[in-house]
Amino acid sequence: MKTISRRAALKLFTSAPVAAAAVISWTPLEAEQAHERMRTAARQAARQGTPFKPKFFTAREFATVSVLVDLIIPRDERSGSATDAGVPAFMDFMMIDQPRRQVAMRGGLALVDHLCEERFANTPFVRCTDEQRRQILDDIASTQTTPELSHAVAFFASFRDLTASGFWTTKMGIADLGYQGNAFVSKWNGCPDAALAKLGVSYGADHE
Amino acid sequence: MQIIRQPKVYDVCIVGSGAGGGMAAKVLAEAGAEVLLLEAGPMWDSETDSKMMTWAYESPRRGAATATKPFGEFDGCIGGWQIEGEPYTQAPGTTFDWWRARMLGGRTNHWGRISLRFGPSDFRRRSLDGLGDDWPITYDDLKPFYDKLDTLVGLFGTKEGLPNEPDGIFQPPPRPRCYELMVKQAADRLKITCIPSRLSILTRPLNGRAACHYCGQCGRGCATHSNFSSPSVLLPPALATGKLKIQPNAMAREVVTDEHGLATGVSYVNTQDRREYAVRARIVVLAASACESARLLLNSKSPRFPNGLANASGVVGKYLTDSTGSYVAGYIPKMADGVPHNEDGVGGMHLYMPWWLDNSTLDFPRGYHIEFGGGRDQPGYGIMGGIEQLNGVGGYGKQLKDDYRKYYGSIVGFSGRGEMVPNEHCYCEIDPRVVDTYGIPVLRFHWTFSDYEYNQAKHMQETFREIIHELGGTPLSPMPTREQGYRLDNGGRIIHEAGTTRMGDDPKTSAVNKWGQAHDVKNLFVADGGPFVSNADKNITWTILALSMRTSEYIAQQRSQGSL
Repeated sequence: MKTISRRAALKLFTSAPVAAAAVISWTPLEAEQAHERMRTAARQAARQGTPFKPKFFTAREFATVSVLVDLIIPRDERSGSATDAGVPAFMDFMMIDQPRRQVAMRGGLALVDHLCEERFANTPFVRCTDEQRRQILDDIASTQTTPELSHAVAFFASFRDLTASGFWTTKMGIADLGYQGNAFVSKWNGCPDAALAKLGVSYGADHE
Repeated sequence: MQIIRQPKVYDVCIVGSGAGGGMAAKVLAEAGAEVLLLEAGPMWDSETDSKMMTWAYESPRRGAATATKPFGEFDGCIGGWQIEGEPYTQAPGTTFDWWRARMLGGRTNHWGRISLRFGPSDFRRRSLDGLGDDWPITYDDLKPFYDKLDTLVGLFGTKEGLPNEPDGIFQPPPRPRCYELMVKQAADRLKITCIPSRLSILTRPLNGRAACHYCGQCGRGCATHSNFSSPSVLLPPALATGKLKIQPNAMAREVVTDEHGLATGVSYVNTQDRREYAVRARIVVLAASACESARLLLNSKSPRFPNGLANASGVVGKYLTDSTGSYVAGYIPKMADGVPHNEDGVGGMHLYMPWWLDNSTLDFPRGYHIEFGGGRDQPGYGIMGGIEQLNGVGGYGKQLKDDYRKYYGSIVGFSGRGEMVPNEHCYCEIDPRVVDTYGIPVLRFHWTFSDYEYNQAKHMQETFREIIHELGGTPLSPMPTREQGYRLDNGGRIIHEAGTTRMGDDPKTSAVNKWGQAHDVKNLFVADGGPFVSNADKNITWTILALSMRTSEYIAQQRSQGSL
């Protein structure tokens, strides 16, 4: 598979149609460079002992968020965890970007703490054991739960959605999903045979 | 405030740079007219301003919507249903959501490039079923302009010979995505017509524009000009004549007239310095969008025209229609755990379903077409939201992570886009109390759907569920009730407004004649969706373009004959 840079591709496509059956995309180098800048900044911050400073979340909220997102999307054999993908920082940004979400987020985190404190002798979520945290999540992460927990369930569903947005839109998440687009394609051939076979369809006699 | 008057007299002043205005600028500048084009928004260039090929992770908000980008931050169109400083109002108890674009090219930067000709029946609905009105022109009157348009702009499609879906001059269509083939199989079994889409996206190079590179991101603005937008296709040749001047950031306030009742130009507020300017022209063409042009006319009051300009009939603002819309998404188990591959394709569906039934056997008089999409979309903000609808519980942890992987790409959504019958309860007028930030009185909307539209939406909902079941899938929402309006979208949500300055032979019942020329003001024309007598079960842009070409050629001809 031949790859050329985006700028070169744009130039190519605006000047002359391309006949060669090449799939054109970012070079790995170009994509890497953009990301490298972010990673360097993160590493520097870690080395200097200056962790990410949230703008919206309090320190305790941010700690709670960081634990919650990794319970939702943990590291496994295919990819890292939500905190590996920077989801807490993404959430902090979104709270500033979409202020209408702030009350529900702050209140939802408070509600999670309240449930823990009620159940585990005044212990807030971050200081609960892993088993205690999972007890809480077993109750509020499922939509098939008791009506008394409806507020916590609604909060968690929304929080889970934001976690998914934060995780699956990273380079890591996109690679995990096997998304292969966002590329310059000089000749559109439709679907590969394996995908056609799975759905039980074919192109028949068409030649486009 | 002092009005800044410009001495130059242009041949033509066009208000709006979208489909209608862009086409008028091209035809008239190429015919030798000195043209001034007013655009309310800023300049915008898809080569430099587009977010094409941007990954979600390149932005901290991952593509989420912003105040000026309701379809996501990477979307190419600046505008929305709410614009800061530019309110509109709604009559008590009615809802109409008014969408506006504010940028060079207007909403041609936004649309889905669905480029359907109106069919012969669409111009003569009253003759066929006694509802609404006939147009003063027929399909045959417009066909030559559709033909020229196809050759100028380019679109793909297939010749099908369907009675009310006229074929055009098509480039070859792209192969369907694999789930689209599956949908077609289901549609065939249900006897629903399913054919290649007709989109103005190039699959072959045309007139110096490159063919599509299949990134699926038409909505972001195409940096290679491979799809249609006014600035990609119409404005460059107009500018090449040296006859066109574009004035951005110009919010038109009114059309100015003289003691003979002729238009002499347009006054506008420059949105940057907030000062008012008056420009002079021998001919004025309004193409500011159906409702914005109506607003401009209604605000152009004078002792001679107390009800607003071109409004002796009182129909300006009336007969407002939008396409009807309703939506159902379904989870298709066969598509779960899909085979990874690039499914982007063009920025829209490769197949669609034109109206396939006979309304005389149904409890609603007009048809709809079906658009559908889904599959392995580029991950962006909102991805996999509402997972509990798919796996039944939500959950967390390793099982949830695996569920996300399993369900990614397994959803197909179906949208109906239908024709409503124009009715007297749907109109816009000037709100007597409210002005926008420039001091220009705003529109107040009145809106009521009839049972025709609700019954049609019910049919859409039932049909989409039938298709989803035929695919072996499960709809992700329950069948809505009549009380829920069968989930018929609010008026304005489909962004196909038309009819507010409708054309006709009778000056008592229409605002403009069959050339788009105001009955009351012979050097004033409307070239957007306003002159439509009726909407159709088709997106309206292709017909706006063809009508504007026809109107503009008429103007050029009248100018050369000295009649204008």
